[in-house]
Amino acid sequence: MAATYTPIASITLGASAASVTFNSIPQTYTDLVLVIQPVAGASIYNSQFRFNGDSGSNYGGTVLTGNGSSAASYRGSNMNAGFLDSEGYPSTTAGATTQIMHVMNYANTTTYKTTLNRSGRASQGTDLIVNTWRSTAAITSITLGSDLGAQRTTYVSGCILNLYGILGANA
Amino acid sequence: MPIFGITASSNQFAKLGDFSQIATTTVGVSGVANIEFTSIPQTYTHLQIRGITRVATSANSFRMQLNSDTGSNYTRHYIFGNGSSVTASASTSQSSLTVGDTSITANIFSAFIIDILDYTNTNKNKVVRSLNGVDFNGSGSASMYTGVWLNTAAINSIKLFSNGSETIQQYSSFALYGIKG
Repeated sequence: MAATYTPIASITLGASAASVTFNSIPQTYTDLVLVIQPVAGASIYNSQFRFNGDSGSNYGGTVLTGNGSSAASYRGSNMNAGFLDSEGYPSTTAGATTQIMHVMNYANTTTYKTTLNRSGRASQGTDLIVNTWRSTAAITSITLGSDLGAQRTTYVSGCILNLYGILGANA
Repeated sequence: MPIFGITASSNQFAKLGDFSQIATTTVGVSGVANIEFTSIPQTYTHLQIRGITRVATSANSFRMQLNSDTGSNYTRHYIFGNGSSVTASASTSQSSLTVGDTSITANIFSAFIIDILDYTNTNKNKVVRSLNGVDFNGSGSASMYTGVWLNTAAINSIKLFSNGSETIQQYSSFALYGIKG
């Protein structure tokens, strides 16, 4: 059986950045897995993502989250970016937050795209999030940021972002 | 088990080959009643199923049966968020495991990541964990399921189907992977 779960790109920021983009994503896998250990500047806001630079109102997301004492669920519709986290948002402390986004069947051109995200921060809580990007386009780039419209929080130097590809058999 | 995605861990412990393709099923234009992986190789430690699905006319829960066992040998727990509230529940003596919800809306597919742990171990019952979600831009759900198959047999086949026997629609796709210990 062929091995998969292949590293595509790894970024360790050498300088602070308001957003980070993975470009020219190869179209040869079935799913993408993005693993982030975000470290934010002083102002903390939730993280978001965009596919193919799309800033239209084409994202919907449902969040299931727990903060250590209670669980909650909420939703965003017609958003201009998808949810990357809820309680598991970036910390100013290195290594305090991990975010993992699974982008399912990202290269097909017949369905809208669904993501499953897990994020967590020990001092805040843990999340499971589903997003639908209402586009049938294949995903060629992913942009990550915090409150992308205003870019109010920067990823600081030292942030690690890894992108992997998973290829199904005979896919 | 290697922790995929964590740079230090992957450098130290995991190597290419620890996560391997086994089989993929993508549904054609006519749809199918179920998706079944058979003759699963017994050479891995864990299995993972990753997929998207949509069904015909009525959104029901999506189910799993192992080794064609239709007896009341499954238990489950879940936590489910619908965008405004959270519910959690448990059931015993089920005839299948629930792994998530489906979609009936054109172009929108429910996503699944299902882990089946120690599937060849004949000394314990088998544990299954599923992450699932679907968002319709105004409704939808995010959910986590855990189930146990009360059987110590090694798992050699997995069947996925809609609880309402709905036809699984075109472009639904499930891929089975093996993870080495």
